[in-house]
Order: sequence, then C-alpha cells, then structure tokens
Amino acid sequence: MLSIRHISKTFNPGTLNAKTAIQDLSLEVADRDFISIVGSNGAGKSSLFNAIAGSFFTDSGSIHLDGEDITLQPEYIRARKIGRLFQDPLLGTAPGMTIEENLALAAGRGGWFSHITKEDRNLFRERLALLNMGLEDRMQQPVGLLSGGQRQALTLMMATFNPPALLLLDEHTAALDPATAEKVLELTKNIVETNGLTCLMITHNMQSALDLGNRTLMMNQGGIIYDVKGEERQHLQVSDLLILFREAAGKNLDNDRMLLSE
Amino acid sequence: MVSILQTAFELGLISSLTVLALFLSYSMLNVCDLSTDGCFTLGAAVGAVVALAGHPFLSLPAAMGAGVLSGFVTAILQTKMGIDSLLAGIIVNTGLYSINIWVMGGASLLNMNKTATVFTAMKDLLRDTTFSGYYKTIVALLAVFVIVVFLGCFLRTRLGLAIRATGNNPDMVRSSSINPAFTTIVGLCISNSFTALSGCLLAQSQKSVNIDIGSGMVTIALASLLIGRAFAGKGGIIKRAVGAVIGAIVFRIVYAAALRFHMPAFMLKLVSSVIVIAAIAGPYLKSRYPELHRRLTHKYGKREE
Ligand SMILES: Nc1ncnc2c1ncn2[C@@H]1O[C@H](COP(=O)(O)OP(=O)(O)OP(=O)(O)O)[C@@H](O)[C@H]1O
Ligand SMILES: [Mg+2]
Repeated sequence: MLSIRHISKTFNPGTLNAKTAIQDLSLEVADRDFISIVGSNGAGKSSLFNAIAGSFFTDSGSIHLDGEDITLQPEYIRARKIGRLFQDPLLGTAPGMTIEENLALAAGRGGWFSHITKEDRNLFRERLALLNMGLEDRMQQPVGLLSGGQRQALTLMMATFNPPALLLLDEHTAALDPATAEKVLELTKNIVETNGLTCLMITHNMQSALDLGNRTLMMNQGGIIYDVKGEERQHLQVSDLLILFREAAGKNLDNDRMLLSE
Repeated sequence: MVSILQTAFELGLISSLTVLALFLSYSMLNVCDLSTDGCFTLGAAVGAVVALAGHPFLSLPAAMGAGVLSGFVTAILQTKMGIDSLLAGIIVNTGLYSINIWVMGGASLLNMNKTATVFTAMKDLLRDTTFSGYYKTIVALLAVFVIVVFLGCFLRTRLGLAIRATGNNPDMVRSSSINPAFTTIVGLCISNSFTALSGCLLAQSQKSVNIDIGSGMVTIALASLLIGRAFAGKGGIIKRAVGAVIGAIVFRIVYAAALRFHMPAFMLKLVSSVIVIAAIAGPYLKSRYPELHRRLTHKYGKREE
C-alpha cells in the first residue's frame, strides 16, 4: 500500500545548522492499517509526514503509494490520494469562506466552472450531520466563526470527503480540550472504519496510541526504533510503552523536555 | 453642477473596473498588484492604437488581451521565479513604461479627437433619443454590469472558490489537489484584463491617451476599494463587488466636490494616499488603542505595600 524505502532528509545540509530529521527510514504499511506513531519532540514524526505528503522532497530513497512512485510528485498532486490533518485547527480550512464553499473545494466535484448544486448541498448537509455539531444548519456561515474543535471536525470531514488512499493525522486533537478531543477521536475512528481507510496517526497520548489502530511505531532521532502489532501489542500497557520510550531514547531523555501524558 | 456630477459618476464607473481588478487580486488573492498603473496605461495605449486603426469594437478585447499578458508575466514572476509579489509588480510596472511608449509608436501622447470609439458608436446609436446626453454613462454602466455579473458567477465556480481560498489559506488549496500557483496565475490574468479595460475606456472617453494616464491608479483604486468595503461590509460576493463600484463612484464624487471648493486638481493623488492610509492604519491603531491607553495610565514607581 504505502512503501517507504530508505528515505533520508537533512535540513540545511553543509551548514552549522544541518539537522538530519529522517535517517535511512523504511516502512511498509499494509492496506487498512491504522498505525499510531509516538516519539519525543523532534523525533522526526512530522517530518516523516511531510515527506510522505510531499511538503518537501527527500534527499534519497523512494516512496510508493498504491504501487505508484510518488517520490518526486508535487504535494498538490499527491493530495488526491493523501488526506492530512494538523495539530493547528486553523490550517485545514479557509476562514473567510463559508462551510459550504470549503466543503465544495474539498469535494472537488465537477469541472473548473461548475457551481455548487442542490444535490451537492444535500450531500454536504448529510455528511455534516454525521459530525453531530449542528454544522449542517450553518452552511452559509464563514468557517472563521467556528470553534477550534468544530473546525478540526470539519477539516476531518473535508480530508475524508473523497476517501483518500492514505490519511495522515499529526496530533490532530492536541489543541482541543479533553472532551472535544475525545469526540474528534471518536469521529476519526468511525470515519476510518466506515471507509476502510489506511491511516497513520501521530500522538503524544500513549493511551490512545495503544487504544486506536492495529499497530504502533515509536520514532527517535529520525528513525523507527520500535514497531509493534498483533498479539504483542494487545498485551502492551501504557507503562510498558513508557519504559520502552525511556530505554530507546536513552541518555538524551534527561535533557529532552517531553510532553507525555499517560 | 449636474454635469459635474455626471462626469464624476462616469469616471467613477470607468475606474471602478480597476477597483474590481483589485477586488480580485487584493481582496481575494491577497496579492497587492503594483503593476496596476502600467497595466492601466497599457490598456489605454493598446485600445487607442486599435481604435485609431479603425476597429473601435476590437479595441476592447485587444486591451483586455494585453492586460491578460501583463498579468501573466507578473504572476509567473511571483509563482515560478521566486520574486516577491510586490517586487514582481514593481518590475513589470517599470518594464511596461517602455512597452507602452513602444505601443504608442514612440509617442507619449495619442489623440483620438476624430476617431471612432465605443463611445462615439453609442453616441450615434442614441442620436435623437432622450438618452443622447448619457452615452458615456451608458457605455460605462454596461461594462461595469458585465464585469460585476461575470465576477458574481465566476467567483462561485470551483475555480473561483479556489482563487478565493488561495488568498485565504494556500495550504488548504494544495490539500484540495489544486496548485495555488495556477490559481494565482489565472486570478492575475483576469484582474489585469479588467485594469486594461478600465484604461482603454478612460482613454476613449477622454479622447486621448498620455503615458501618465495610469499613474497613481493603484492607490486611487485601493482607496475606492476600501471606501466600498465600508459601505458593503462583509456580505456576499455580488454585494462586495457592488460595494467596490460604489466606492469608486463615491471617491470621484467627493473628489469633484472638493474641486468645487477650490481644492487644486493636483491634490487627487495625495487625497487617495491619505484615504488608503486612514483605511488601513485606522483599524490597526484602533486595535492598539487599549494597549496605548494602558501605557499612558500605568503609573511607574514603587509597589504600594
Ligand atoms: N523546515 C525545517 N527546517 C529545519 N529543521 C527542521 C525543519 N523541520 C523540522 N526540522 C527539524 O527536524 C527535526 C524533526 O522535527 P519534527 O517536526 O519532524 O519533529 P516531531 O517528531 O514532529 O516533534 P514534535 O513532537 O515536537 O512535533 C527537529 O529537530 C526539527 O528542528
Ligand atoms: Mg510534530
């Protein structure tokens, strides 16, 4: 499904600020995998997503999605197959445009000169109702008026409107209050399940890393240091994960400020 | 008095096409297109040359086509060549000065006193009717109507939505599988065609074109746009576009009134600058007022125990 082979990425190479964010990383993702990814700040988790989504090109290695070589494909082309959410709820929507207009762009139905039809509106309304936030009655309001949680839920809806081959979630509930975070996480689970999506999710919450999905990765210093699934994962406790986390990170753990919650 | 008002109204309508261009580039794409002055003159020059060659109706699409080209160059510079968008506009504006003189055959002034233009055509059409005195107004109204309706429809298409989102959140455009460079190019081509049409009509209505006809247009249009925003607020697209047109007309009428009260004509550009400054800096300063107030009222000194 997604096949990453030996990719590396160094920022500002050849300067004092050179920083290797990804180092010889390989990863095979199977169809319908739901993988949670944990790791300390600066481990390279977001960089991995950036590499997959095409925010930058990797220095070496290759990335294949559904058998297609996307290593050097521009970001906006990959976006046809990859949906993405960020920690910041403001990033995924255009605040000055209405909910309906945002959805129309995400849906991408019809040609360049097509207008939003009645049929589109009914479909949008139907999908928004699934969010249970009353947004279906506010379709003519600018997105800028929504709360962070509502915007994130809307972004999730937009990113999965046409079910993508791959969904990348980068701490997408981290900026939300616990109750809203829970709700958005629940929505995520539903959407991923009903559409049978393949999904990678970065989180700093060890509990949801283990609760959600079928496989968990731990990253450190630009590489994957731990990869667990199946039986072994079922018996894994948050405390085990934390121990692994400490072991793996080793000495630099003391120096790193980590945002961990159990 | 009536004729002064009518002239101001006509001028407002004609320049409102440039305001609508900025409505697209500045309000929608979030690009301040500083090639506007040069593009306005380009439209005037191309329109005049084509009209002088005996094609009054061809002059409008010709001017608009020239505007599209100019907008294309500005857009390519900023999306594909790594040149900052303000700088791209300035560079194109400078280059256009030479091009405009070249279009005008090396002259810096062209006269169209006896030339058939869209205005003379309308004048002939309306001869001996009750509207014969309003031929200029009617041509300008027609042009503005067509452009406003076009914008109202276009900005609601998928491409139009993508252009609006480009100024709002380019990342979101990319994640909708649309290249923001593409939407910027399309947007600037369209907006510059409006600017050029505006220049073409102004030149034909005053029967002459001079190399400085467009100078200061960007500030004047921006002032009108911001005045219009005060009128229309944050409504739908058509409402905001009509607001831009009203802003342009109000600007010209206020200016005409000021002339009546003996403000010298050369003050036009200073007035437009002051309006733009007030419209942009005003809200900013207003938002900073609480902080300023706090600074002024805070008493420094020892903590009272
Ligand atoms: N555009 C960039 N330019 C320079 N360095 C960068 C850039 N993006 C990331 N880095 C560096 O790469 C390393 C990995 O960053 P990344 O954002 O992938 O970490 P992360 O695992 O997502 O951390 P966090 O949990 O804090 O989000 C960091 O040291 C970071 O400073
Ligand atoms: Mg990150």
